[in-house]
Amino acid sequence: MIHENFEAFPAKLETRNLTALYGKVEEINRINLKFPENRVTAIMGPSGCGKSTLIRCLNRIHELTPRAKVQGEVILDGVDIYSSKIDPVAIRRRIGMVFQKPNPFPTMSIYDNAVAGLKLNGVRDKKRLNELAERSLRMAFLWDEVKNDLKKAGTNLSGGQQQRLCIARTLAVQPEVILMDEPCSALDPIATAKIEESIAMLKKNFTIVIVTHNMQQAARISDYTAFMYLGKLEEFGETAKVFEAPKSELTEKYITGKFG
Amino acid sequence: MSILLVVAVVLAVIPLIYILGDVIIRGVPAISLTFLTHLPTGPTFSGGGIANTIAGTFTMVGIATLIAIPIGVGAGIFFSEWSGNKLSTVSSFMNDVLTGFPSMVIGLFVFIILVLTTKHFSAFAGAVALSFIMIPIIGRTTDESLKLVPTTLREASMALGIPRWKTILRVVVSTGKNGLITGIVLAIARATGETSPLLLTAATGTHFITNLFNQPTGSMTILIYQYGTSPYASWQTQAWGTALVLILIMLALNIIVRFGIGRNLSEARMD
Repeated sequence: MIHENFEAFPAKLETRNLTALYGKVEEINRINLKFPENRVTAIMGPSGCGKSTLIRCLNRIHELTPRAKVQGEVILDGVDIYSSKIDPVAIRRRIGMVFQKPNPFPTMSIYDNAVAGLKLNGVRDKKRLNELAERSLRMAFLWDEVKNDLKKAGTNLSGGQQQRLCIARTLAVQPEVILMDEPCSALDPIATAKIEESIAMLKKNFTIVIVTHNMQQAARISDYTAFMYLGKLEEFGETAKVFEAPKSELTEKYITGKFG
Repeated sequence: MSILLVVAVVLAVIPLIYILGDVIIRGVPAISLTFLTHLPTGPTFSGGGIANTIAGTFTMVGIATLIAIPIGVGAGIFFSEWSGNKLSTVSSFMNDVLTGFPSMVIGLFVFIILVLTTKHFSAFAGAVALSFIMIPIIGRTTDESLKLVPTTLREASMALGIPRWKTILRVVVSTGKNGLITGIVLAIARATGETSPLLLTAATGTHFITNLFNQPTGSMTILIYQYGTSPYASWQTQAWGTALVLILIMLALNIIVRFGIGRNLSEARMD
């Protein structure tokens, strides 16, 4: 059930009849969603509802898994990113992703992790790399903690710092959309608060899609909320409305903790 | 139960200690500077050394390593990164078959394709035979160490818009490189100790070689075989001495793996 007055917002990213399969199993079925520009959209739902699969379809990472298939369209600024003319590598530079478990590159320093996406794509200009490293680390609220240790290994940081390093690494490529797949599920409450704080800042410049199984988190940080159940979109609308006046009985049950 | 295990360990270690002790006791008297730096002499002359076979072994293992690294590492990357691919599955299985292949048969094969066609035993033919021993070992260890690299790192790299080939080289191989190096060093150790692939390819020689392609080339292992089966006491002693030198080289290679690379390896295996 999609709430009204949603069409008013310009959609940065949109899915049309998006279906994803793993082998012959349908993991998500005909999802139609709009992600408004410079807003945070949360996707929530119980484990196995397909929310991670959905977000992994948005930057064409899902198809890297053997036997995984995607049908339907994902429209970025009016263009279907699954069209045969589109290079998925170029799309991934415009749609960045932060994963569930912090995954800095273990062979690289903090600095090299932050600019990995630039360096490995051939950016050599030292000045530009330094600028982007500092700017992205600042935006991820990590700069002050690491500015004197940039040469140290990224894996020496705490879990929360590693995750913010992964956010910085994503920002350095200067994407337009940032996907976050349960970015706080491996972190403690203090580390989670810092990430949420940075998300609130980031939405000024980026369109953010975040998957979470934590309802309080969705309520705290998102402008829009999608609720998924068994691979289908159950409800979608402004976060306040979805939480205060859910239209679907399932959403209401989930929010009130009757299942999940 | 634990007593049985201890007995098993002792039984396993006895032959090793016995061989090592025997080689040291019989080999040490043969070793001298002359032994390591001079060419062989006839059995009735005193002195003489094994310098040409040390050079021969190093030359052939060196060339074999240069051949085997790109092919073995390339194959290993293919096994690991295209593991769903049919060709990859089949060739990975063939790789295992090749690992257990009788090395004499490899020698015979190279004899036919390189010695019979060129009409010469040569260091190059020996090196090619040794590389056939090394390639499957490097292929398998590369495959296994790359499979230890977490999938999430590959995804993280791809998600940054880094192309797949660069992801493989700069993220996956770079993360698993200690395992790769370990495999290469172990393959070098294995090739250094091989005898039968060289019998029909490099054969034997008593001088330093000046041409890689048309001169029979002596190696330490073949010298041990020749001298050890000869009726002359002086040659038999030199065979023990050569065996000791060979064992020390193997020991050094294994120590490099264990303490040089092994330590870093555990760090790379985080997930």
